[in-house]
Amino acid sequence: MAKKIATIPFTGTAEQEQELRATIDALRDDPGCLMPVMQKAQEIYGYLPIEVQTIIADELNIPLEKVFGVATFYAQFTMSPKGKYRISVCLGTACYVKGSGIVMEKLEEALGIESGEITQDGKFSLDDCRCVGACGLAPVVTVNDDVYGRLTGSLKEVQDILAKYAD
Amino acid sequence: MSDMINVKINGFAVSVPKGSTVLEAARAAGVIIPTLCYLKDINEIGACRMCVVEAQEMRGPALGPKRIVAACVYPVSEGMEVFTNSPKVLDSRRKTMQLLLSNHDMKCLSCVRSKNCELQQLAHDLGITDADVYAGSRTEYPIDDSAAHMYRDNNKCILCRRCVAACAVTQGIGVIGANERGFITNIGSQYNKGLGETSCVSCGQCITVCPTGAISEKDFTDKVFEAIADPTKHVIVQTAPSVRAGLGEMFGLPIGTNVEGKMVAALRRLGFDHVFDTNFSADLTIMEEATELIERVSNGGVLPMITSCSPGWVKFCEHYFPDMIPNLSTCKSPQQMLGAVIKTYYAQKMGWDPKDIVSVAIMPCTAKKFEIGRPDQSAAGVPDVDIALTTRELGRMIDRAGIEFNALPDEKFDDPLGIFTGGGLIFGATGGVMEAALRYAVEKLSGEKLTGDAIDFKEVRGTEAIKEATYTAGGVTVKVAVVSGLANARKLLEKVRAGEADYTFIEVMACPGGCVNGGGQPIQPASVRNFTDIRALRAKALYDADAKMELRKSQDNPMIQTLYKEFFGEPGSHKAHEILHTSYVARGVHKI
Repeated sequence: MAKKIATIPFTGTAEQEQELRATIDALRDDPGCLMPVMQKAQEIYGYLPIEVQTIIADELNIPLEKVFGVATFYAQFTMSPKGKYRISVCLGTACYVKGSGIVMEKLEEALGIESGEITQDGKFSLDDCRCVGACGLAPVVTVNDDVYGRLTGSLKEVQDILAKYAD
Repeated sequence: MSDMINVKINGFAVSVPKGSTVLEAARAAGVIIPTLCYLKDINEIGACRMCVVEAQEMRGPALGPKRIVAACVYPVSEGMEVFTNSPKVLDSRRKTMQLLLSNHDMKCLSCVRSKNCELQQLAHDLGITDADVYAGSRTEYPIDDSAAHMYRDNNKCILCRRCVAACAVTQGIGVIGANERGFITNIGSQYNKGLGETSCVSCGQCITVCPTGAISEKDFTDKVFEAIADPTKHVIVQTAPSVRAGLGEMFGLPIGTNVEGKMVAALRRLGFDHVFDTNFSADLTIMEEATELIERVSNGGVLPMITSCSPGWVKFCEHYFPDMIPNLSTCKSPQQMLGAVIKTYYAQKMGWDPKDIVSVAIMPCTAKKFEIGRPDQSAAGVPDVDIALTTRELGRMIDRAGIEFNALPDEKFDDPLGIFTGGGLIFGATGGVMEAALRYAVEKLSGEKLTGDAIDFKEVRGTEAIKEATYTAGGVTVKVAVVSGLANARKLLEKVRAGEADYTFIEVMACPGGCVNGGGQPIQPASVRNFTDIRALRAKALYDADAKMELRKSQDNPMIQTLYKEFFGEPGSHKAHEILHTSYVARGVHKI
């Protein structure tokens, strides 16, 4: 599936940009510095929005397409930020056979976004993952550090979970 | 110790220089190994696996086991034995082809590259009779038509990355690259934007290296046929210098055949009312550009002055070196100059309304399609040129009209805008504009006629990336540089920007080797490109013709003299500036 690209506004701060530029300065002489720079940038911003990719391309004097190509190639890079509440649906074998695919569908329906995306208000982000080590509770969903197990896959159930994060 | 390596290709001994690849050794033995992704020097990635062979190398005193290797990147070693057509090799290539075809739209009948497609040819050569043996899901993409000059159709893309290499390595631009991974890997631009929204310069080098129909110029041939059929229109055509050096390839003639006479005959038979030559306006460009140069040198103008004939280069300058726009000559390109002269001077002479003229230009170039839509290119209040076709499109028009090209007689261009000198003719090769300008400037500065060998400025000829020379005439010293290929141009310009070079005049051509190797020229497959210097062969056709011409200096063109006497006054006059000069736009590098 193609990488999701978030459309929510960029909220980077001057401090973050300063840190990014300092990182680039420290690494720029290494011919293989693009990946480390992108990793650090993602650490700073939580994701790699166009604004950040543009800074990297300009500073390293390489085409923006090259940065974008790398960002879309590696699974470790994301172009969609994580929300205040990060929802992970386990699609590992045990959870999947217990119906986590349906749980994911219901969450997508309830949130109006697809896996890999963030709600426009920045509150919830939705991702799939592979095994959280709680197969006995399958199917499992985590919201930040909270774990929800033995889900049935009803819309009401996921709506109830989301309602706990109203603030 | 010899620098030659002895190997056997299919049992036949051959000796090749150390460092040669298996592919090169096989070629030396007269064996063509098929390739798809390999482009010498710029795309040596060994990715497509079409060139696989079985190779045995010496392990101590005996030959080791047979292994499958990629011939394009695998170096030969002493005693190596290579098998290029074993059942195992053929089976491997066939499977690779079938896998490629499983995600290809296979719409050959309606593809512009049919009969000139490396994938189609190879499928045929490999004897593929079951193209859909691996049929399954396919990735489907919309066609990108956002650029003025070309289409990108990823449904025909085989991900060989030759276009990516042409853009990033040859031209130093990199607006296309591989995005995503695995099955959905696709060639695209930043943030999946259309090419028209990037800083693409329209050079078309990606088109000439694409093995399939995934990248092609926008075809305007129907528009031309319609104009010709309209009795209320005066349809006038001009042909660029290098079209005559390339067009023959569309009809099976050897690379470097000069088909000027047949081309003119074909254009007449297609029904154009007047067949003029861009060589004429190349001569005119020299008068204006050399005058501008002498003026800049004498009056402390911005130097170095840089040529503006190549619209790919001009757009590159606007995107990547906007600070150097003042260095660009304000002269329109020869295409636009002739267009402007046709719709002003010639329309007036013939008593025509410029609106009734359809001005068609046949160019070796795709950036010309972009150029005709630029601002400040409409001297008569209507666009100077209405339709710009590539050499390839002209070839297709000739085919469609049923004209037997090779049986045509040789004919001459129409008067008066078909008269030209050798100076205009050599514009098609890198260094040509410089040489033609020198033929004028040296004569003008020294006040003495150039004759015999003095007409040749051989230092600026040839296909090397960057050429330099210094000339002194009439007490003035001019230091010149000639560069082709935009990656090379970038290097040179960065030196100029940093104050490390003190040239007076620079010729830049976007395409390596100049217009003869333009993005609109006939497409030669990699099997030819990798082993032949197409640029040199086509350029030779122009220089040979120049050497045989009676008039070799632009200023000696009698019609140019008449044009100034009757219309413009003198080179660089106010009127000349209004009609023959233009302006530029600082574009910067497009972000998002």
